[in-house]
Amino acid sequence: MSFTAHDDHALPSDAHAHDEHGHAKPGFVRRWLMSTNHKDIGTLYITMAFIGACTGGMLSEIMRQQLMYPHNTIITSGAAWNAIITAHGLIMIFWFVMPALIGGFGNWFVPMMIGAPDMAFPRLNNMSFWFLAMGFIFVLLGLTLGTGAGAGWTLYPPLDNAQYSPGLATDFALFSLHLAGISSLLGAINFIATILNMRAPGMTMFKMPLFCWSILVTAFLLLLAIPVLAGAVTMLIMDRNFGTSFFEPAGGGDPVLFQHLFWFFGHPEVYIMILPAFGIVSHVVSTFSKKPIFGYLGMVYAMVVIGFVGFVVWAHHMFVSGISDDSRVYFEVATLVIAVPTGVKVFSWIATMWGGSIEFKTPMLWAIGFIFLFVIGGATGVVLANAGLDQELHNDYFLIAHFHYVLSMGATFGVFAGFYYWIGKMSGHQYPEFWGKVHFWSFFIGVNLTFFPQHFLGLAGMPRRYPDYPDAFAGWNFVSSVGSIISGLSTLIFFYILVRVFTSKQKLPDNYWGDGATTLEWAVPSPAPHHTFEDVPVIR
Amino acid sequence: MKRAFLTVFGAVIMLAAIVHAGYAQTSADPTAAANGYVNAPRPWQMWFPAAGSPMQAQIDWLMKYVLWIMTGVVVFVAILMAYVFIRFNAKANPVPSHLTHNTLIEFVWLFIPTVLLVIIIIPSLNLIWYEGDTSNPYMTVTVTGHQWYWEYNYQSVPGLDYTSYMIPDDKLLPGDIRRLSVDHPMVLPVGEKIKFDITSGDVLHGFYLPSLGVQKYAIPGTIQTSWTLINKPGIYFGQCNQICGINHDAMPIEIKAVPLADYLAWTKVAQSNYSENNVSPVPVTSPAEQKLADAAVSK
Repeated sequence: MSFTAHDDHALPSDAHAHDEHGHAKPGFVRRWLMSTNHKDIGTLYITMAFIGACTGGMLSEIMRQQLMYPHNTIITSGAAWNAIITAHGLIMIFWFVMPALIGGFGNWFVPMMIGAPDMAFPRLNNMSFWFLAMGFIFVLLGLTLGTGAGAGWTLYPPLDNAQYSPGLATDFALFSLHLAGISSLLGAINFIATILNMRAPGMTMFKMPLFCWSILVTAFLLLLAIPVLAGAVTMLIMDRNFGTSFFEPAGGGDPVLFQHLFWFFGHPEVYIMILPAFGIVSHVVSTFSKKPIFGYLGMVYAMVVIGFVGFVVWAHHMFVSGISDDSRVYFEVATLVIAVPTGVKVFSWIATMWGGSIEFKTPMLWAIGFIFLFVIGGATGVVLANAGLDQELHNDYFLIAHFHYVLSMGATFGVFAGFYYWIGKMSGHQYPEFWGKVHFWSFFIGVNLTFFPQHFLGLAGMPRRYPDYPDAFAGWNFVSSVGSIISGLSTLIFFYILVRVFTSKQKLPDNYWGDGATTLEWAVPSPAPHHTFEDVPVIR
Repeated sequence: MKRAFLTVFGAVIMLAAIVHAGYAQTSADPTAAANGYVNAPRPWQMWFPAAGSPMQAQIDWLMKYVLWIMTGVVVFVAILMAYVFIRFNAKANPVPSHLTHNTLIEFVWLFIPTVLLVIIIIPSLNLIWYEGDTSNPYMTVTVTGHQWYWEYNYQSVPGLDYTSYMIPDDKLLPGDIRRLSVDHPMVLPVGEKIKFDITSGDVLHGFYLPSLGVQKYAIPGTIQTSWTLINKPGIYFGQCNQICGINHDAMPIEIKAVPLADYLAWTKVAQSNYSENNVSPVPVTSPAEQKLADAAVSK
C-alpha cells in the first residue's frame, strides 16, 4: 500500500521530545511518569515485561534447581515451593507475556500501522500501565508476605480461602490480579476504540495489517473475559474477608464454581497470549520471504474464529472436576474444533514462504521456530483435548510440557521475534546479527531440552507442583534442569545483545529490512519520532 | 471312658491348634499375594505404566492412536518447512513470487484436518462413556482426601475406615519405595469392579492412579465417582494430583490387589484391627514443619 504524508521530523525520540507544536521539552517525570505518548508507554510496558521475565525466569531457575535431584534441599519448605510456583505462573503471564505483546508492541505499533497519531485515549493508556506496575508490587508481596500465596496461579479454593491460606499474602496476590485486570481491560477499550475509529482514510478493516487484527481480536477477548476473572477474584476475596460462602460447601457454595468462573476467563487468556504472537509472526514471515501473507482473509477469519470458539471451551480444564459425561463430550469436541483455524494459520505461513525469497535473519529464525514448536505444542493440546486421555494426563508433567511448548516457545518466541524485528525502529540501533543468532540457537536448545523430557515424566505419572518426587523420575528431571541452565545462560547472551544495541553507533534507515517490509511503521524514521502521523496519511 | 474323653479332648485341641495355625497363617499377611508384582515408575520411563486395568489399557490404546496421527502432522509440517527452506531461500530463489491465493489448497487444508479430527473423536467418545460408567460395582470404597493423607472407608465392611500416610524418608524399610509407599495400603480384590466414592475433608486433592487410569478431584462437599478393575495381583501406586498445601507431594496412594479370597480374609483382620483404632498414623512432617502447619491452621 502507498500513502502520502507530511514529513515527520527525524529526531531520535530519546534525545529530545521537542516538536513543531511549541511544547517545552518534558522533564523526566512528565515524560515517563505522566506519559500520554503511545511509544513511551510502549517502552514502559516493554521494560515491565523485561523485569517480569527476569523475575519469573529466576523463579523457574530456582524451581528447576530444586527438581534437578530427588530429595533436594534447595527449597526445604513446602510453603516456599508453593509460593514460588504460584508467583512464577502469575508473573510470567501477567507481567511478561501480556505487557510485552499487548502493552509493549501493541502500543508501539498499532497506531503507526493504521496511520494514527496516538491511541484513542492517551491518558487512559498511561493509567493502564501504572495499574500494572502497582500490580507487580502486589504480586511480589503475595510471594514474600508470611508463607506466601501458595495455591498455584489458578488459585482454586478451598486451598486459598481464609482457613487454609490465612494471612495477607493471598489477598495481595488476588488484588494484583484486580490491578492487572483493570490495566488490561482499559487497554482493551483503548485498542478497540483506536482500531475501529482512527484508521487513516483508505485503510479499510480488510487492508489493516494482521498484527492490528490480532490485537483487535485480543482486545475483544480481554473485554469479555477480564470482568469474569474480576468477579471470581472478588467473590474469593469476599469469602476470605467478609464471611460469604460462594465457594464454601458448608455455606451452600461450591469450589467448582470458582473453577468455572476462572477458566471462563482462563481459556480466552491463553488465546490473548498467543494471538498477538500470531500477528507478529505474520509480519516477520512476510517481510523475510519478501512476499505478502498468503490468504490474508483466511488469516483474519482464522483469528476471529479462534477468539470466538476460545470462549466456549473452558471446561476442558475441568475434565476431572466432576462435570458430566455429556459435558466432557461437548468440551472435547469444541476444543478440537480450534485445531482447524489454527491449522489454516500454520499452513498459510508456510504458503507465504513458498515461492518466496527467504532470508534467515534473526527475527525470521524466531518466527520459524515459533511455527514448528507451536505445532508440537498444539499436537499435545489435541492429545489433552481428549477427555478420556485427560483423565490420565490432567495435572501431570505432560500438561506442563504442553503449555510450556505453546508459551515458553510459542508466545516467548513471538516476543523475541518482535524484539529483533522492531528494536531498530524503537531505539534507532540495530542488534548484532551474529549474537542474535547465537541467542536464538542457545535458547532453542535450552527450552527444548527443558520441556521435551517433561512429556515422558507426564506419561510416567509424575504430578505437577511437586518439590520432590519418587526416585524413578530423577533421570528426565535432571535432563530438564540441565536444559533450564542452558536457557538461563542464553538469557545472559540476550543481556549482552541489549548492551550492544544501546551502545551501537550505527545509523538506521527508515526501512532497514527492505522490500518485504510493507507496513506503515517502515515509512517513518528509525528510531520513530516521538510523534508520527500527526498529519493523517491517505492510503491508496 | 476317661480314654475316650482324653482322645476327644486331644482331637479338639489338635483341631483347634490346626485351625488356629491355619488362621494365623492367613492373618499373618493376607495380602502376601500382592508382593510378587510391583507396578511403580521406572527410571527413564518414556510411556505410561503397564496397564493394570482395562481402563488404562484403553487409554494406552487411544493415546497411541492419537499420537501416531499427531506425529504424522508434525512430521508433515517439518518436511514442508524443510523443503521451503531449501528450495526458496534467497540464494536459491532470488525473485519471490506474488502468490497469495489458491482456493483449492485453502479448501484442502480446511477439509483434511476436519477429517482427521472426526477420526480422532469417534473412538475418543467411547472412552469417555466407558470411564463414566460406574454402574454395578462389586464393592465401593469411599476415598477421602485430607491434608496430608488419605482415608479409606470400605462401605461393605462395617467399621473398616482407616488412614493411609506416606512413609517418611527416615522410616523407610527395605522394599519400600521412597515417596510412594504408605503405612496402610488400600487392599482390593483382583478382577472385580471397584467403585470409588471420592471426596475431601478439607481442600481439593487429586485421587490419581496412573497405572489404573483413574483420576478425579477430591472436592469437599461433593462425592465424585470413579471405578477400576484390577487385572492381576500386585502393588499399584498413585499420588495426590491437585495442589493441597505444604505436603502436597507427600500423600501417595498404595493399592495392594489380591485374589478375592485373600481380600475377604484381609477384611476380617483389618476390621478387627482398624475399627479398634489399633493403628496409629505415621506423621509425614518433621516437627518443625508440623509446628508451621499447626500455626497456620490455628491462626
